[in-house]
Amino acid sequence: MAELAEAAHAALEHGAEAQTVQEYITHHLSYLTYGKHVDGSWGLAHTPEEAVNMGFWSIHVDTLGWSVFIGAAFLLFFRYVGKRATVDRPSGMQNFVEMIFEFVDARVAEGFNGKNPLVAPLALTIFVWIILMNTMDLVPVDWITGLATLVGEHGFGLEHMSFKIVPTTDVNITMGMSLSVFALIIYYSIKMKGLGGFLSELAFHPFGKWMLPFNLIIEVPTLFAKPISLGLRLFGNLYAGELLFLLIASMLGIFQLPAHFIWAVFHLLVIPLQAFVFMMLTIVYLNAAHETPDH
Amino acid sequence: MSFNLTFIGQSIAFFVFWWFCQAKVWPLFANILEQRKQKIADGLEAGARGEKDLELAQARVIKQLKEVKAQAATIIDQANKRGSQIVDEAKDQAREEGQRIIAGAKAEIEQEVNRAKESLREQVSAIAIAGAEKILESSIDQAANEEMLSKLAAEL
Repeated sequence: MAELAEAAHAALEHGAEAQTVQEYITHHLSYLTYGKHVDGSWGLAHTPEEAVNMGFWSIHVDTLGWSVFIGAAFLLFFRYVGKRATVDRPSGMQNFVEMIFEFVDARVAEGFNGKNPLVAPLALTIFVWIILMNTMDLVPVDWITGLATLVGEHGFGLEHMSFKIVPTTDVNITMGMSLSVFALIIYYSIKMKGLGGFLSELAFHPFGKWMLPFNLIIEVPTLFAKPISLGLRLFGNLYAGELLFLLIASMLGIFQLPAHFIWAVFHLLVIPLQAFVFMMLTIVYLNAAHETPDH
Repeated sequence: MSFNLTFIGQSIAFFVFWWFCQAKVWPLFANILEQRKQKIADGLEAGARGEKDLELAQARVIKQLKEVKAQAATIIDQANKRGSQIVDEAKDQAREEGQRIIAGAKAEIEQEVNRAKESLREQVSAIAIAGAEKILESSIDQAANEEMLSKLAAEL
């Protein structure tokens, strides 16, 4: 079995010397990282260890690049379609975009009771962006990564260059989004309820002012659990999915084809579901942030 | 799995995309859908109005048809009356004309009769005179009896 797997890697890596399963997976779970080396100079990390040593002052060129590329492509496409949209004779593309638009609009109308015209565009951005980022998981794991590794090796002299293409398998990406949502929750809570209203919600609920410390113990972790669960749920689902694709690719040899197919079919459910969950929770959290206490 | 600048970059991208979406993408589709909603509402309203108009028009047509029928009946009535009137007038005229012709013919006949009477009288007087002349050829002088004879002729 191990021989078979190694033969498969060899084939997958276009004739590069055989890797172990661990090397293969490590390679696929590392990022193309640009940052500040230990010696103070800035540049690309050549090994995973170098990338880890860069610490905070580094950036994942691959996942952030794909994330920005996908987001920009989706928004420009929607704008392109919107510019050519007609009232009487919608094209197929326009119908498609309108379907998504109306779906998101209906979810916001259901879940959000406040009067904030910015929430629906936010929900649309989150939903489509995350769906597309998740969908990158369905691209066979070695196609773009393998090509990028080749380009890195022959074009830039980087050996075993990593190149992740699924942004939502990077915890930085998912937490970047969930913490942005968290910032919006705090901003709108204070804007709608005032600083006092926001703090009193933390301090005097659910048990009244005589139980203040107890209330804080309940409410503060609840508040901070929101962005963390939001970001980690998305990350966990996609990371697990990606990892299983990698395990299938590295251990099953020629039998990986049906296995990939079956897992991809399951994953087809996860991809929109996680995007939907992220969007719905954002709407619900922002709705709570807009609710004034006198109800 | 560690936090680094990627997280900041993603947050910036998040807010930039959000701004772009609410400013440049969302309004386009919101407008289109709003316009379409308006258009459909207008269309339905126009349809309802058209139906109502049709109903009214049908009612009006029925009413007008009734009026027209009534008018036609009066016109026919009048025409009939007028026709019989004309016929009556013509009859009267014909009668008058006939009587006039008859009167003229009668007058002519009378005239003819008178003329015939006159010429007859003259002829008779001439015959009488001739007879008398023959009878009285020898004894009676024409000149002496002239007066008596003309009296006779006048009496005839």
